[in-house]
Amino acid sequence: MDAALIIEWIIKSILLLVICITGFAYLTFYERKALARLQVRIGPNRAGPFGLLQPVADGIKLIFKEELIPEKADRLIFVLAPVVTVVPALVVLAVLPFGGVVNLFGREISLSVAGDVNIGILYITAITSISVYGIVLAGWSSNNKYAAMGGIRSTAQMISYELALGLGFIGPILLAGTMSLNGIVEGQRGMWYVVYQPLGVLVFMIATLAEVNRAPFDMPEAEQELTAGYHTEYSGMKFALFFMAEYVKMIAVSAIAATLFFGGYRGPFIDQVPWLGPIYLLIKVMILLFGMIWVRATLPRLRYDQLMAFGWKILLPVALLNVLLTAGVIMLFPGLGV
Amino acid sequence: MPQEYIPIAVLIILATGLAFLVVAIGHLFGPRRPTQRKGQPYESGMRPFGPGTRRMPVHFYLVAVLFILFDIEVVFFLPWAIVFRQLGLFGLIEMIIFIVILLVGYIYAWKKGAFEWE
Repeated sequence: MDAALIIEWIIKSILLLVICITGFAYLTFYERKALARLQVRIGPNRAGPFGLLQPVADGIKLIFKEELIPEKADRLIFVLAPVVTVVPALVVLAVLPFGGVVNLFGREISLSVAGDVNIGILYITAITSISVYGIVLAGWSSNNKYAAMGGIRSTAQMISYELALGLGFIGPILLAGTMSLNGIVEGQRGMWYVVYQPLGVLVFMIATLAEVNRAPFDMPEAEQELTAGYHTEYSGMKFALFFMAEYVKMIAVSAIAATLFFGGYRGPFIDQVPWLGPIYLLIKVMILLFGMIWVRATLPRLRYDQLMAFGWKILLPVALLNVLLTAGVIMLFPGLGV
Repeated sequence: MPQEYIPIAVLIILATGLAFLVVAIGHLFGPRRPTQRKGQPYESGMRPFGPGTRRMPVHFYLVAVLFILFDIEVVFFLPWAIVFRQLGLFGLIEMIIFIVILLVGYIYAWKKGAFEWE
């Protein structure tokens, strides 16, 4: 192990964190602009040209806000909960390939923090599960009945949809025959997996919406019945961390969906110019994120019993059926998707 | 230890540091003027009543138990999916038998009303 390698790891990690934070800031802006357009409004346009400095203004405002901790709250857990929520969201993209291997300063560098991890998908499923702890701890430690209710609801919802999400991962693994994300991207050289996995994409998208607590599954944040849900008592930068976790997770699941089903960083001329990889990935992620915002603008929130019934009675059997169908089709056409 | 996991450890350490830094910035720059009212739980301006942490409906516990059962099934799918092409027809039939057994439990839970909410 040489010093250059360690420096490379640190630079890559810092770059990923910067990408996540910038992405979070501008995703809030993107969402507000897109949502405003969908509702025939203009959206933020005061801070900077076209309102581009709005995320900076929001950040500065949140820094100087008073942070309240309720008197009877469990102070240690109350402070730790946002950290526990945000760290998994920030590290989940470590295994994601942002591009192929590029040549920089005479070194071969793969555009991914961890390089080619052969259990990439297992890592993703393991890490995304951890953020549930942050949410339930936040709800419980606040000593507020609405926060506790929001936290417990959110937990039940996330673990229910995690089953369908986990089964959604099986389709691409079956097709590529590997859990490495690089291998899955390489497998889509001929054709994107979305063509072979129409049902799988649908299940995956719905399950990810529920995983990141987005509309129409934003039950933990149902402001009409729970005031705000698990983060009712949070303010200032601690609230910002919850917000950051949610938006970084949105980016992460979009990037993962793009990698599993839409060819990842691959696109025209990628073999000649490897630096195009991150650009293609960015375009795909932005389109998928627009889909999420569009869904939020269109669909009303589900009732909680409908939400749980949908997850267990419809999504889970459909996801199982998709796995069996995929396996059967691969049996018939063994050359598919390699 | 395979070398791919060291950068992940580096990233986790840096991300944790960043999260604590953000919390610290909030503590440093935010004003602090606590009053008795501010320390109370927020209930839309109403006077709070009863304890903050209450007993939860047992149904959530049932969902958690079912989750553990089905999540382990999902974990079994992962290695099977990787070696599916090598296993061939044998793997497909094995998995169909596994899913049928799984479905028996699933239908039982459904008929017992585990997925119903009042």
